[in-house]
Amino acid sequence: MTMTKKANEIKASEINESTPWQEMTIGGEIYEGGTSALVNTGEWRTMIPIFHEEKCNHCMLCVPFCPDSSIPVENGKRKDFDLMHCKGCGICFKVCAHKAISYEKVGA
Amino acid sequence: MGKKTRLSGNEAIAYAMKQINPDVMGAFPITPSTEIPQYFASYVANGEVDTEFVAVESEHSAMSTCYAAQAAGGRAVTATSSAGMALMWEMLYVTSSARLPVTMALVNRALTGPININNDHSDSMGARDSGWIQLYSETNQEAYDNYIQAIPIGENGKVRLPVMVCQDGFITSHAVENIELLDDEEVKKFVGEYKPENYLLKKENPLAVGPYDISNYYMEHKKQQAEAMKNAKAVILSIAKKFEQLTGRKYGFFESYQMEDAETALVIIGSSAGTAKEAVRRLRQAGKKVGLIKLRVFRPFPAEELAAEMSGVKAVAVMDKAEGFSACGGPLFAEVRSALYDVKNRPFAINYVYGLGGRDICVEHFEMIYDNLFEIAKTGNPGEVYRHIGQREQEGDK
Amino acid sequence: MAYSLKQQVEKPERFVGGHRLCAGCGAAITVRGVMRALKPEDKAVVVNATGCLEVSSFLYPYTAWEDSYIHSAFENAGATAGGVEAAYRVLKKKGKVNETFKFIAFGGDGGTYDIGFQSLSGAMERGHDIVYVCYDNEAYMNTGVQRSSSTPRFADATTTPAGSIIPGKPQNKKDLTAIMAAHGIPYVAQTTFLGNFKDFHEKAEKAIYTEGPTFLNVMSPCPRGWRYETEDIAEICKLAVDTCVWPLFEVVDGVWKLNYEPRKKLPVEEYLKKQGRFRHMFNPGSEWMIEEVQKHVDKKWEALLNKCK
Repeated sequence: MTMTKKANEIKASEINESTPWQEMTIGGEIYEGGTSALVNTGEWRTMIPIFHEEKCNHCMLCVPFCPDSSIPVENGKRKDFDLMHCKGCGICFKVCAHKAISYEKVGA
Repeated sequence: MGKKTRLSGNEAIAYAMKQINPDVMGAFPITPSTEIPQYFASYVANGEVDTEFVAVESEHSAMSTCYAAQAAGGRAVTATSSAGMALMWEMLYVTSSARLPVTMALVNRALTGPININNDHSDSMGARDSGWIQLYSETNQEAYDNYIQAIPIGENGKVRLPVMVCQDGFITSHAVENIELLDDEEVKKFVGEYKPENYLLKKENPLAVGPYDISNYYMEHKKQQAEAMKNAKAVILSIAKKFEQLTGRKYGFFESYQMEDAETALVIIGSSAGTAKEAVRRLRQAGKKVGLIKLRVFRPFPAEELAAEMSGVKAVAVMDKAEGFSACGGPLFAEVRSALYDVKNRPFAINYVYGLGGRDICVEHFEMIYDNLFEIAKTGNPGEVYRHIGQREQEGDK
Repeated sequence: MAYSLKQQVEKPERFVGGHRLCAGCGAAITVRGVMRALKPEDKAVVVNATGCLEVSSFLYPYTAWEDSYIHSAFENAGATAGGVEAAYRVLKKKGKVNETFKFIAFGGDGGTYDIGFQSLSGAMERGHDIVYVCYDNEAYMNTGVQRSSSTPRFADATTTPAGSIIPGKPQNKKDLTAIMAAHGIPYVAQTTFLGNFKDFHEKAEKAIYTEGPTFLNVMSPCPRGWRYETEDIAEICKLAVDTCVWPLFEVVDGVWKLNYEPRKKLPVEEYLKKQGRFRHMFNPGSEWMIEEVQKHVDKKWEALLNKCK
């Protein structure tokens, strides 16, 4: 086995269930931040929140309540859901006073 | 170059630590290693080192402190004994698996049950599978020399493993002996600066340490660790060579004493080797071809080298200063006998468990052991190989 | 500067999605809230006790943390944080590290009230410049809802099941926030998720930017362990403070301050009836349990009001 990279240059995106030990990071270290963003936890959903932008007054009350950091904010505007990571817990739907979020069964 | 003085084993270790000038020491008092953090605390109090001394509330926290400090990018040291190390147990594995080269001065003491403050090797022998490199010392000089070598061994990029430097509680830790110390500058140069490629406080990129490693990955990380321990063998020898160039003092995996033409031999660890050597001298004077191997490096275990050293011997006694309760011998015996398996015309091997909880072993005991070895070599009958020596028996000592 | 939720949520996220915490997990909300209180220009090292948060947020090779992160074991987040901070002080003194780092430890109630309590107490007593955040979900959730010393009386946990003879956990919840205040550290506070997170945010900010050891206890409901619908977390938290089951207060340099007084103190059953773990308390003949809880909450509330005078 020849090492193509130094152990400390290995990226999380290059490590998977068929990676040989020589090509994995030493001691299970990871040298980058936020690599879990690569994981699709959206597929866990059984319920889905739907964003109705026209009703949103961008009060942001839903944002800190999201356990999955799935409500992006840009330039003072609340953007549509990051559905790759949203697990469909429905907290945002309940805290929204403006009915800008509906909550439905996946595939309904 | 070197200064000759007199120090106890604990003072010698504390002095080595002072010269190493680590970034963090996390420690908790326990007999007989307590003096090490005490001496070190006075260096800190008097501004003789730059170290943050963290006087924690338990040994578990001591090892946690060292683990974390080393991951943060600092060089961390600790000292402990016996039950203290037992309380660190979980963290010994955590530290080695995270590949953090913490160093520990272990002043060997019997494990509690019942409580006993005297020497045996049950603490470190119990930790033999924890992924730490283990260096053992016969004398105060060896304890000092081993500690200084432990730093570049553990921190070597091909190794990245924690190292424990063991010496015998009270026997060397509290006994004052002549010792030759290196100059501060020489130590500084020898150990170099700790420069990990990644650390928690690195500016350029974050580091995540200590994952949940599911079965898809755990085994690969263990294989890496196993390879690192194998790599440690060559590194230990190359550091020993550098150390010899600096000091003239020679180190290897073990010290061979009168082994050239030996027909019977002992394998032993630690301070009792000094007593056993006296038995060898006496028996050699009486014309008996006896030898001794004093093991310095128990992890990684130098199996091939030991086997080669014993290939000409007819019978060997392996001395265990720890019980394994395996019902068939102590931990050193298991390793040595396994190492001998591939030797053509392998010697008979018997085991003596000795010295538990500070029980003395004398020159006469060793002479008797060699007599037994010659008897086994002659008759070809080893008898019961799992033996204890030094305990009282109904029918008198065997 | 006055608190503005709008400005705060504009900050770059330091705890990203893709972690494996359950849908609706309170721990994740706690973490995001605390990390948001960091100044974007400051770096942090996160320390984590073993628990739900740890196994879900750094499952090799995926870390949810944008900052450096270290996990070691269950019972030693305090000592681990202290070790990192000690190294920081030396390396800073030596000029090897020049940036400002903050050290934030997260542990669940199991890792904080129970097995990690000694390590936490030691680290606080030694005065390390660290923040310890307990995400308190009132049981060992990672192993399947076993009781901890934080579990409230009568709660149905898997090691204190509500049986025909013993109706759930026999003991009251340990008052850890008061115990931490008794350490004499500069800042201790208790909060949860409420409205625009003003109370939470200001406490997190104070905890991070007060020099010395600080402690934050955050009620972080667990929908699976408490048995409520995931979407109801905000309502549960609001009821916890309005019934005075979980009062919001802080202890600044030894001075106790109440941060929230309900306009109308609600009876405890309003909080209890929302959660499956207390369901057996509403069976006929169990009225005495609710009375006991009410008495306990009233007594603690009165004592708190006295401390905050």
